Amino acid sequence: MKLNKAGFRTTVASTFALLAMGAAAPAQAQVSLTGAGATFPAPIYQKWFSDYQSIGNAQINYQPNGSGGGIKAVTEGVTDFGASDMPLTDEQLSDYQSKHGFKVLLFPTVLGAVVPTYNLPSVSKPLNFTPAALAGIFLGTITKWNDPAIASANKGVSLPNLDINVAHRSDASGTTFVWTDYLSKVSPEWVQKVGKANTSVQWPTGIGGKGNDGVTGIVKQQEGAIGYVELIYAVKNKLAYGSVENSSKQFVAADLASVTAAAAGAAKSIPDDFRVSITNAPGKGAYPISTFTWLLVPSKISDGAKKAALVGFLKWAITKGQDEVEALDYAKLPSSVASKEMKAIALIQ
Amino acid sequence: MATPALTSNLPPRPASRAFFDRLRGGDEIAYLLTLACTVATFLIVVFLVGELWFRSQAAIKAFGLNFLFTSTWNPNADQFGALPFIYGTCVTSFLALLIAVPFGVASAVFLSEMAPPMLSNIFTFLIELLAAVPSVIYGLLGVFILVPVIRHDLVPVLKHAFGFLPVFKGNTFGFSFLSAGLVLSVMIMPFIVSVSREVLLAVPVEQREAALALGATKWEMTWQIVLPNAKTGILGSIFLALARALGETMAVTMVIGNTPVISASLLSPGYSIAAVIANEFAEANGALYVSSLIFLGLVLFGLTIVINAVARIFILMTSRRTA
Repeated sequence: MKLNKAGFRTTVASTFALLAMGAAAPAQAQVSLTGAGATFPAPIYQKWFSDYQSIGNAQINYQPNGSGGGIKAVTEGVTDFGASDMPLTDEQLSDYQSKHGFKVLLFPTVLGAVVPTYNLPSVSKPLNFTPAALAGIFLGTITKWNDPAIASANKGVSLPNLDINVAHRSDASGTTFVWTDYLSKVSPEWVQKVGKANTSVQWPTGIGGKGNDGVTGIVKQQEGAIGYVELIYAVKNKLAYGSVENSSKQFVAADLASVTAAAAGAAKSIPDDFRVSITNAPGKGAYPISTFTWLLVPSKISDGAKKAALVGFLKWAITKGQDEVEALDYAKLPSSVASKEMKAIALIQ
Repeated sequence: MATPALTSNLPPRPASRAFFDRLRGGDEIAYLLTLACTVATFLIVVFLVGELWFRSQAAIKAFGLNFLFTSTWNPNADQFGALPFIYGTCVTSFLALLIAVPFGVASAVFLSEMAPPMLSNIFTFLIELLAAVPSVIYGLLGVFILVPVIRHDLVPVLKHAFGFLPVFKGNTFGFSFLSAGLVLSVMIMPFIVSVSREVLLAVPVEQREAALALGATKWEMTWQIVLPNAKTGILGSIFLALARALGETMAVTMVIGNTPVISASLLSPGYSIAAVIANEFAEANGALYVSSLIFLGLVLFGLTIVINAVARIFILMTSRRTA
């Protein structure tokens, strides 16, 4: 098509202008991060990631395929970060170090708890469980509900002469890890018969259900059944759960305040790498079967944009993000732990 | 009148050139393509078994054949044994067959021989729909409906009538070999029904008419002529059903109780190979743990082959006798 000189210049100029505008637009590209790991904190993580997308301009994808999966994924470098309900063992830390040449850092994000749930229609108030009672029930040595070990902590409650049917998790899980961690701390017999804390153990008694819902299904169907589930799950599904005696000899029911108290009680002795178990924590009002959940972040991130996004997210999650956790029934980090973490974030290079 | 010889006067071509010449035709290409597909399928299976074998080496070195005869499953102490899982898999699958085969074959006989055609078509369609239901749904139905029914209604009746038998001794939670066997039988019945029905319909009509002509009643014709004729096909459907039962994961893990226990009583909770792999593989930490679970997978594969081989030998022997 024939153009005169002026028309030709206009066309070229406008084309360049359009191209320039097009080129300017992608300068605001979003950083994309991937993570995988624990299912327990998945709801709050999803909320945080979607909220942070507008604040920090980063799109973070999270796959809740289990703590073990998260540890494997970050160790093999498949994801940018991981998440776990269990602190990494020395073995796993050195495995990571030998694969990458630098350490992986752990950052606690929220707190959770595991509660004993039971099916006793004749009992209306929450039962009190001593550590010895819980250990005996799950070891199979205490077999009836009206056993003195349980009755002595529940004066005034008439316990039926029912068999205790134990339900535990059949799938490996962080919930089992916390539960067995607590039992191994309070019962030498447990350590001898079953061993140390693990996501999957050889249970002396009881049936296995898959997931929190599997255990709940077993407990709900059988009168006299007892199992353990996450606090959030028990609250959401309005399950009856008992109070547990803590190291200060108080019977504490699990709720957001008592779980945060457990973390605060343990905060004085928290190591620098945040790998700590807070079960049976000291302190008044502390719920003894509580746990942190951690984000696993490499200490060296080569991609500058990713590093900025991840560091920014961590800082936000530990400070502003904590305001959102209680609405989803997670317990906040105590402020002493949060401030310690802010210092540790500086270690990410 | 002599027919003219239709032989060619040209000398015969050498063999290799004949192949390549024939390659231009469809036959050879079809042969090569289908051969390639078959070989590919076979190679995939070989590769799968090879991977299973390779990745279970750590467990094989640690336990050897003792793995098949040990009962402990202790991840904490790194002690692994497959016996409770092998037992659970076999018990639930054979219980499922015990229930599904009579029901399935009887249904197939009804649908092919005795039902009016329209009824037969409707019921066949409905039963084949059952085969399409996902196994998780069967698991949910098992947990919420079957397990309470078994615990409250079925077990008291069984104990009352057969309580002296060792298979019905002991307490039950409802989550047991019996529940798993019942759920599996419902799941595998559609396979038996649909394949057996096809096979029964394929029995030549001359055979049936010959029987009727010789004075047999309808039932005598069915039982003595049609069923023996269709025996191989029906057995094939039973193998198919057994294969599904051996490998069924979700439905079994939801109702079997997930406890690695060997017990003569069907009312006891148990575990199966597929269920333990599904439950524990994702979070298994430790090389020996993962390797043991993969070894279990290899064991399941071997179990399927052994059961199939034994059954086929059994059929061979019985058909030789009747032939």
